[in-house]
Amino acid sequence: MSVKLSTRQVGDVSVVDVAGRITLGEGSSALRDALRDMVSKNQKKILLNLGEVSYIDSSGIGELVSGFTTVANSGGQLKLLNLTKRVKDLLQITKLYTVFDVHEDEAGAIRSFA
Amino acid sequence: MRDPSRHESETVERFLDSTLESVDNAEEIAVGAAKKAGFDEDELLKIGMAVRECMVNAVVHGNRYNTNKKVRFSVVKNSQRFIIRVADEGEGFDYEHLPDPLAPDNLLRSSGRGIFLIRSFMDELEIRRLEPLGIELTLIKYMGAK
Repeated sequence: MSVKLSTRQVGDVSVVDVAGRITLGEGSSALRDALRDMVSKNQKKILLNLGEVSYIDSSGIGELVSGFTTVANSGGQLKLLNLTKRVKDLLQITKLYTVFDVHEDEAGAIRSFA
Repeated sequence: MRDPSRHESETVERFLDSTLESVDNAEEIAVGAAKKAGFDEDELLKIGMAVRECMVNAVVHGNRYNTNKKVRFSVVKNSQRFIIRVADEGEGFDYEHLPDPLAPDNLLRSSGRGIFLIRSFMDELEIRRLEPLGIELTLIKYMGAK
């Protein structure tokens, strides 16, 4: 299964539910396109729910970082929600875990944007 | 007296196209062989990810998706080591001076973590330049090591 993305609005926060594999090719480009589209629509508060992400490679990590900087450069915030152990381990190995604002509870994550 | 089992080895070798399908294919072969060799789920994941990173390097950065170039992929298992080799036919890269992806200035770069992750996931990584063209990565996991 490649990546599946669905976006919902909770107040002024855009929550992107991501499921499947974020790897080089379809997976990472779908995530990149989705984030760019939201930035172009001036959405400033983006929460990526990675709870159903089964696999991520260095390209996927690159897309998370790229998305983070793209959103930040447009004056917005990108935060992460529900990391699986695999994704968390990878972000820790690459020292990116402390770069991202990571949450385990959606309501708390939404409140943190205020 | 020599113990013949110490020299027993199983080898799989493939010449793969320079496509992303080959990346999936190689990962599947390596993980299947590693599973058969008795590695646990955690190690299988690491081996699979390391192979994926190697293959992406070979297909994308080495052979640049060139349909005339192949990736030589092999898995060798003996009683002590599980060895994966991935060789491309590209121009190569300066593997002795790769930027440190953990350096503060590099943390927010969108690429440059592949070799670092391979080293993190495997027990050994050897890189050598091939003549006339190409780079070969040798990934090693010790049998029975955690």
